[in-house]
Amino acid sequence: MTTIIKIDQIKKRFGKQQVLNHVSLSVEQGTIYSLLGANGAGKSTLLKIMTGLLPADGGDVEIEHHHLPKDLLTIQRRFSYSGQQSSIDDVLTGMENLTLVAKLRHLPQSKVVAQDLLARFSLTDAANKAAGSYSGGMARRLDLAMSLVGDPEIIFLDEPTTGLDPASRNDLWTMIRELKAKGKTIFLTTQYIEEADQLADRIGFLRDGEIIATGTPAEMKQLAGAEKLKLIFKNDADSLVAQKILETAQVTVLDPVTLVVTLSAGNHQSLAILKQLADAEVPIDNFGLVSPTLDDVFMKLTKGVTQG
Amino acid sequence: MINYLKDTLTLANRLIKHNLRSIDTIITVVAMPIAMLLMFIYILGGSMQLPGVSHREYVNYILPGILFMTLATGSAYTALRVFMDKSSGMFDRFKSMPIAKSAVLNGQVVSSVLFLMFSTIVVLLVSLLTGFRSNANLGQWLLTFVLLFGFAVMVTWLSMPLGLMAKSIDTASAFSYLLLLLLFVSSAFASVKGMPTAVRLFAEHQPMTTMITATRELLAGQEPSASFWQSLAWMIGISGLSFVWSKRIGRARQFILNESARLGVLPELLIFLCRLACLKRQDDGK
Ligand SMILES: Nc1ncnc2c1ncn2[C@@H]1O[C@H](COP(=O)(O)OP(=O)(O)OP(=O)(O)O)[C@@H](O)[C@H]1O
Ligand SMILES: [Mg+2]
Repeated sequence: MTTIIKIDQIKKRFGKQQVLNHVSLSVEQGTIYSLLGANGAGKSTLLKIMTGLLPADGGDVEIEHHHLPKDLLTIQRRFSYSGQQSSIDDVLTGMENLTLVAKLRHLPQSKVVAQDLLARFSLTDAANKAAGSYSGGMARRLDLAMSLVGDPEIIFLDEPTTGLDPASRNDLWTMIRELKAKGKTIFLTTQYIEEADQLADRIGFLRDGEIIATGTPAEMKQLAGAEKLKLIFKNDADSLVAQKILETAQVTVLDPVTLVVTLSAGNHQSLAILKQLADAEVPIDNFGLVSPTLDDVFMKLTKGVTQG
Repeated sequence: MINYLKDTLTLANRLIKHNLRSIDTIITVVAMPIAMLLMFIYILGGSMQLPGVSHREYVNYILPGILFMTLATGSAYTALRVFMDKSSGMFDRFKSMPIAKSAVLNGQVVSSVLFLMFSTIVVLLVSLLTGFRSNANLGQWLLTFVLLFGFAVMVTWLSMPLGLMAKSIDTASAFSYLLLLLLFVSSAFASVKGMPTAVRLFAEHQPMTTMITATRELLAGQEPSASFWQSLAWMIGISGLSFVWSKRIGRARQFILNESARLGVLPELLIFLCRLACLKRQDDGK
């Protein structure tokens, strides 16, 4: 494995706010790196620094052994960047959007390149419609297609699936996996543990401008802790009976009628719990699985720090 | 170098498509000055009719102001497009590509100047129908176009920093109201002699009056006088300052919204005035 991106001790401050604080990470060629973080963590800022859109206050960005800002154009020839808002031109058609990028990348046959990409992203039918009339999913596909013009080695995507419905999100995940299969290196940001888990080879968890954990999805999942079963009862009495029955399990009382059971033995444990309650004829109003959130990971991490 | 020109033209071409596909832009930029021209001539013109001033003399008198008005109105759209590209992330997309970064703003400039000149020529042609005639020879016509072109370049460059800094669509285009205001407090549509002393002193010395006078002289078939050269100096000066100013914003803000960086007293004052103009307009709407 060769390291293709290496960033070292990046710092960035906006006014009084230290947005990035000594961020270091490295990405292996042909892998997907997912930068995970909540709103305002500094994901977009880091991405803009890596793509030369923002100068850092300190630290080094190295891509394929070139350094920013010295080798900006050399580096920019090797990657593409899709910003957080899908930056497509609403007035131009899908076709025109793609040929525009192809021309700016000085490709010899911009029309052919555009047609290929339109076909690949199932946009051929909409090729001559103004991009402003596209649905959210289509706009994101066009955005990704624009990023693939000129076949760049490295693809930076800032929250590529935020705001998409589950079906469109799945489509986009498939496309990103296909890119990886072709040997491309992908660096993406996301707010969702699930997305990072689905796609990434390596996850970096950014919080308040610092990388507080890195690892494989499996390692991060362990950090995040088990999933939970949320049970909602019709009244306090039912809830109290249920608490008695589930004495041995790890139960948190959220409010008088809501219990949360940590599934430390895995998700199948939920079946046993539901059966126990059904056998005892305790009526359940509603129930569902709750995935660990970024806050859970953070709680675990900070606890780990204070304990260790 | 060839690539630089190609990139600039590719980017300009995109915006020309924007202008041509937006009916609103064309109507506002071309139709408003024409409506003003007709209003001055056929509604206000009657009551303004000065003894000894013929219809043609009157049309010839107000035409330079109408042409400048076209350019000023059009520049609102330039600022608007810069604002839209900044806030939609288009600038980021272009700047992340391996092209010279200055081509991004220059593409805006090229398309804006072309569009402004096109609109002005349309208005000029319409004015011929309302009785405008010029005594200018070919050379004087050329110099007139130098002035119109200079004004187009000037308002275009002025739109760049304002579009980049604006926090809303309204502020982005409101500065063109300031330009129009300057135009009304000048010799464009009425002699400054009738204005109150304080206003008159301002009107006599502000650049818009100089530019109007220079254009008027040329179209009347006179040789370029001092006001011609003064106008050019103003145009080059203001364009140059706006150029430096937008470079500064480019560096300080990287075209990102919600920035708190201070830009200096003069720019902030200008933005403040634009906001006022913008508020005024919202009030008018109510
Ligand atoms: N140009 C700027 N000027 C001032 N502050 C900024 C600027 N850009 C970002 N910030 C601040 O820096 C912090 C990090 O912003 P950033 O956009 O990098 O976060 P993010 O992780 O991408 O969040 P989101 O998920 O909302 O996109 C935020 O508090 C934001 O307000
Ligand atoms: Mg972001």
